[in-house]
Amino acid sequence: MHHGETQLKQWMLASLGGDAAAYRMLLSALTPHLRAYYARRLAAKADAEDLVQETLIAIHTRKASYDPSLPFTAWLHAIARYKLIDHFRRTGIRRTLPLEDAAAVVAEEDAKAAEAARDVERLLAKLPEAKRELIRDVKLEGLSTAEAAAKTGLSESAVKVGVHRSLRKLADFVRRRA
Amino acid sequence: MRTAELIERLAQSPAPSRSATGTLARAIGAGAFVSALLMLSVLGIRPDIAHAVGTFCFWLKFSYPLALAAIALATLERLARPGAHARAGWELLPFATVIAVGLVQWTLTPAPDRTPLLLGHSSALCPWRIVALSLPLLLAAFLALRRLAPTRLVLSGTFAGLLAGATGAWIYAFACDENSAVFLAVWYTAGIALTALLGALLGRWALRW
Repeated sequence: MHHGETQLKQWMLASLGGDAAAYRMLLSALTPHLRAYYARRLAAKADAEDLVQETLIAIHTRKASYDPSLPFTAWLHAIARYKLIDHFRRTGIRRTLPLEDAAAVVAEEDAKAAEAARDVERLLAKLPEAKRELIRDVKLEGLSTAEAAAKTGLSESAVKVGVHRSLRKLADFVRRRA
Repeated sequence: MRTAELIERLAQSPAPSRSATGTLARAIGAGAFVSALLMLSVLGIRPDIAHAVGTFCFWLKFSYPLALAAIALATLERLARPGAHARAGWELLPFATVIAVGLVQWTLTPAPDRTPLLLGHSSALCPWRIVALSLPLLLAAFLALRRLAPTRLVLSGTFAGLLAGATGAWIYAFACDENSAVFLAVWYTAGIALTALLGALLGRWALRW
């Protein structure tokens, strides 16, 4: 579910006024956005979840730093981005982050991504086991043809043909359903 | 701990214990108090204070650091808030003013009298005394910032140092009996700049959260 500035800010202001229910709603609403934000920018899923929790704690202990005259999403984004940069610094990863819009965190939609993943799984289930693995390796995990060939024991050209035919088959399924 | 449990636990206390501005103001107040005690016990107020309050230089020495401290505090308050725009640059105004006044005094003074104007009798001590009087303030400002959320650590450290240095210089102005704008422009500025530099160097690791 997408949460806009208006709703989030309303919850935040109510929280600052001592409304525990609004605060629980706020933290619960932020969690999927933060999860998707970190998952998109980090390789390890465990790191992402750690950062989600760390960010929730930072939001909690530093909520006095929110200025109610400013957008809530800008505050949230600055904290999430700081935590990400701090994580890179701690782990010794040298990386520069691209400039992002202040709405970058709330723009991330965990739920939609999960829905899309479920659709893909349903579609893949229509393929035989071996072909399903092949598509997953090459098209979802991003292995090269040579890597997939080494993994499955097939020749590179067999991998290419297999992937091509499976994709055509999937396209047919989609077309028939539509 | 699972994230859902964490949320349940955090949701128990929705309101912050104190405001950000309150945290900073209280810290600076406490730091200034310690620094003033230090000044009174070690240096003492200048003996000729009754006469000095009638001079231009005393008020320049009074208002220059005070203006700088006010600007630094306002900027630091922005820097301590994620997502807020901190406008740096205004702090150059007091610097420029005092340097301009110093230059005027320098040009109006005949060449042989310029050296005492610049060096006074305490120029070797002045910057270091300002740094020393600023240390309680710097510590207090850092402790306050650690409760807030500065995302630009070096810049925040610099402004914490500027705030501490300017407030320390303001307190030192009551003990110092130098009476020239040239002296003020050079040695007070040096003391404040050293403290700002110290803040910048410490900020990167001491302000992490």
